[in-house]
Amino acid sequence: MHTVLLLADAPAQTLPARSMMAFTLVTHIVLVPLGVALPLITLIMHGYGLRRNDATALLLARRWSAVMAVQFAIGVVTGTVLSFEFGLLWPGMMGRWGDVFGIGFGVEAWGFFLEAVLIAIYLYGWRRLPSRAHFLLGLPLPFVALLGAFGILAANSWMNTPRGFSLDAAGNPVDVNVRKAIFTPILGPEYWHFVVAMFVTAGYVTAGVYAMGWLRGRRDRYHRLGFTIPFTFAAVCTPVQFVLGDSIARQVFHKQPVKFAAMEIVWKTDTHVPEYLFGRLHPNGTISGGIRIPQLDSILAGFRPDTKVTGLTTVPASDRPTPTQATIVHWTFDIMVGIGSLLLLLALWYGVLWLWRRRLPASPWFFRAAACAGVASVVAVECGWITTEVGRQPWIVYQNMRVAEAVTATRSTSLWIMFALVVVVYVFVFGSLLVVLLKMRTRWRLADRQGGPLPPKETPEPDTPETDTPYGPRSTGSRL
Amino acid sequence: MIAGVIAVVLLLAIAAYACGGGTDYGAGFWDLTAGGAERGKRPRRLIDHAMEPVWEVNNVWLVFVLVIMWTGFPVLFQQVFTTMWLPLALAAVGIVLRGAGFALRKPVRRLAGRRLYGAVFAVSSLLTPFFLGAAAGGVASGRVTATTTASTDAWANPTSLLFGLLAIAATATLGAVFLAADARRFAEPDLDRYFRRRALAALVAVAVLAVVTLFVTHGDAPHVWHGLTHGTGLFFVIVAVLATLATAWLLTRPSGAWSRVTAVGVVASAVIAWGMAQRPYLVPTSLTVAQGAGAHTTLRWLALVTLVAVVLVIPAVALLYRLDTHGELEGLTDADLRR
Repeated sequence: MHTVLLLADAPAQTLPARSMMAFTLVTHIVLVPLGVALPLITLIMHGYGLRRNDATALLLARRWSAVMAVQFAIGVVTGTVLSFEFGLLWPGMMGRWGDVFGIGFGVEAWGFFLEAVLIAIYLYGWRRLPSRAHFLLGLPLPFVALLGAFGILAANSWMNTPRGFSLDAAGNPVDVNVRKAIFTPILGPEYWHFVVAMFVTAGYVTAGVYAMGWLRGRRDRYHRLGFTIPFTFAAVCTPVQFVLGDSIARQVFHKQPVKFAAMEIVWKTDTHVPEYLFGRLHPNGTISGGIRIPQLDSILAGFRPDTKVTGLTTVPASDRPTPTQATIVHWTFDIMVGIGSLLLLLALWYGVLWLWRRRLPASPWFFRAAACAGVASVVAVECGWITTEVGRQPWIVYQNMRVAEAVTATRSTSLWIMFALVVVVYVFVFGSLLVVLLKMRTRWRLADRQGGPLPPKETPEPDTPETDTPYGPRSTGSRL
Repeated sequence: MIAGVIAVVLLLAIAAYACGGGTDYGAGFWDLTAGGAERGKRPRRLIDHAMEPVWEVNNVWLVFVLVIMWTGFPVLFQQVFTTMWLPLALAAVGIVLRGAGFALRKPVRRLAGRRLYGAVFAVSSLLTPFFLGAAAGGVASGRVTATTTASTDAWANPTSLLFGLLAIAATATLGAVFLAADARRFAEPDLDRYFRRRALAALVAVAVLAVVTLFVTHGDAPHVWHGLTHGTGLFFVIVAVLATLATAWLLTRPSGAWSRVTAVGVVASAVIAWGMAQRPYLVPTSLTVAQGAGAHTTLRWLALVTLVAVVLVIPAVALLYRLDTHGELEGLTDADLRR
C-alpha cells in the first residue's frame, strides 16, 4: 500500500535518474580500489625491487604500471561523469546545498589533480628519469589518493549526517559553518572503513591474478612474489577492516538509527532484539526466511541484550526505506559482513602458517580461495556502497531533502534514452578494458614462456619496422 | 566582493580548461582528419606520444570548473545543468569515449582495433568541445534562466552554435600548434610543417568565426556584445586579436617556444573577454554574480581552497609539463615489460 502511494508521489524522473546514478557508480566503484591502492602496492613492490636489486620485483612493478596506465585513464573519465551527473540528475540538491557541502569536492579536486600529475610522472618516468628520483616522485602518490578519497567521503558523509547550517523560514540553509559541514559525525568511521576496504580489495584482486597462475602450475619466483606482496598487504589490512566495519555499524546505530533498523530489519523499537541472517521483511512488519539468532542484534549494537534498538516504525512510512529497500539493504549488509568474515579466516590461515612455518600454504584450496578473494572483495565493496546509499532512502540529504525533491525536471523519456546510451557506452568501454587487460596478460605470458624479447618478425604489430623513426633515437624497441 | 573574486577564479579555471583540455581535443581533431591508416600513421603516432603523459591532467581542469561552480554559485550550476541538459549530457558521454578511446588504442595491436578506438577517440574529441561550447553560448545569450527547462531551442540557437563551432576551431588551433612544437622536439621537421599549415588554417577559421560571432551576438546576446566592444572586454578582445596576429606570424617559421604561448594567449584572452563582457552577470541579464553566489563563509573557504591549489597544484603541473617538454617522460615499451 505505502509503496504504491510513495511511487505515485515521486516524479517519473526519479526511477531513471536513480538507475543511471546507480549504474554509473556501480561501474566506477570497480575501478576505485585499484585507483586508490594499486599505486601503493606497486610502490611497495618497486621499493622492494630497488632495495634488493631484484629484477623480478621491478618487472612486476613495471607491468602493474602498464595496467595502471589504462585503468587510471578509464577511472578519470568515469569519475568525471559522476561530477556531471550531480548537475544532470540532481540539480535540486546542488542548487540548494552546493555551498554547504561542496567544499569537500574542492579538496578532492586537489587530490585528483596531484594524483593525475604524479601518476603521469610515475608511469612515464620509468625509462628516462634516474631510478631513485623516479621512485621518490612516486612516493606521495598513495597520500594524494587518500586526500582525494577524503574529499569524496566528506561529501558523502555529509549527505548521511548533514550539519553545519541552519534553516531559514523558507527552508533554505543559512549560517553555513564549513568546518562542521566537512567533519560530520559519520566521516571518521566512513573514511577509514572505505580506505581500508580499498587496500584490502586492491590487494586481493592483484594477488588473485597470481593465485590463478599458481593453480595452473606457474610456480616460479615471479608468481610467488606477485602473489605474496599484495596478499600479505591485504591480509594485514583484513583484521583492521573487521574492527573498523564493526565500529562503523555501531556508529550508524547511534547516528542514523533508521538506517541501522533497515540494515538489521528491525520493525519495532525493542530490547532483546534478535539478529536475522538474511530473511525478508514484509510490509506488515513480519519477517520470513532467514536464520534467527535471539538477542544477538542488541548485543552487537550495545554489548548487552537489553540494549534498545530503534525500529523502522519510529518514523512515518514516508520517511524511511520501504520494506523492499530495507530487505535489499539487509541482504547487502549481510553479504558484506559474510564476505568480510570469510576473508578474515583466509587471512588468519595465511598469517598463522606464515608465523609458524614461514611458508605459503601448500593446499590448492588456499589458492582457490585466494583467487576468489579478489572478486569477493569487489562484491563486498559494492554491497557496502548499496547499504549506505539505499539505507538512506528516501532522503538524498538525510532528513533534509528527499531524492524526489532533488531530481531534474528533464523529461523522464530523455533520461531513459540517456541511460540506455550510457549503458551501451559503458559496456563497450568496460568490455574493451577487460579485453585489453587480458590481451596484455597473454602477451606477457607468451614473452615469459620464450624467456626473452621476441624477435621483431614474430611481433604481430604492423608497424614494427618503423619503431624508431618517428621519435628519433629516443625510443628503443616497439611501443607498448 | 568575495563573490567577484570567486567569479574571476571560475573564469580563469574555464580559461585553463579551454587551453589544457582544448589542446587535447584539438589533437583528437587532427587525429580524425589525418587520413587513412597509412597516410595518417605518423601524425597519429606523434599525437599518441605527445598527449599520453599529459591528457589526464589537462582534463582535470574541468573538475575544478565544476567544483567551483557548484560550491561557489550553486544556483548557476542548477540552472545551467537544467537548461543545457542535453548538450552537457552528450558532452559527458563524449568525455568517456574520448578518454577510453585514447587510453585503449595504445595497448591494442591489431589495426582494426586501433581504428575502432581511434575513431571513437577522434569523433568524441570533436563533439565534446562543440557541446560544451554550445552550453556556454546558452549562458552568454541569456537562455539559461530559472524557469527554462531542457529543450532544444535552449541550445540550438545562433550564439550556441557559433560558440560550439568556435570551440572546435580554437581546440584545433591549439592542438596543431602544440603538436607542431612537439614534432620539432622529436626532430620531425616535416611533421612540424604539416601541423603548422593546419594550425594556420584553423586560426583563420577561428578569426572568421569570431567576427561572425561578434555580428550575431549584436542581435542575439546584446549584453555580451556591448561588453565585448567596451571597457575591459574590449581590452581582452584586442589582446586576443594581437595574439592571433602574433601566432599567425610565428606559424610561418619553424616552431619555437613562443607559438604555444601566443596560441594559449588567443584562447585564454577570448574566454576572459567573454567573462568580462558578462559583468556583472553570471547569466546576462537574469542572474548577477551577487545573486548567484553561495554562502559568504563558503566563498571565503573556496578562496582558501583555490589558494592552496595554486601553491600545491601549479608547481606540480609545472613540473609535469617541464619533464614532458624536456623529453623525460616516455611510455614503457614492450621490451621493458619482458624479462
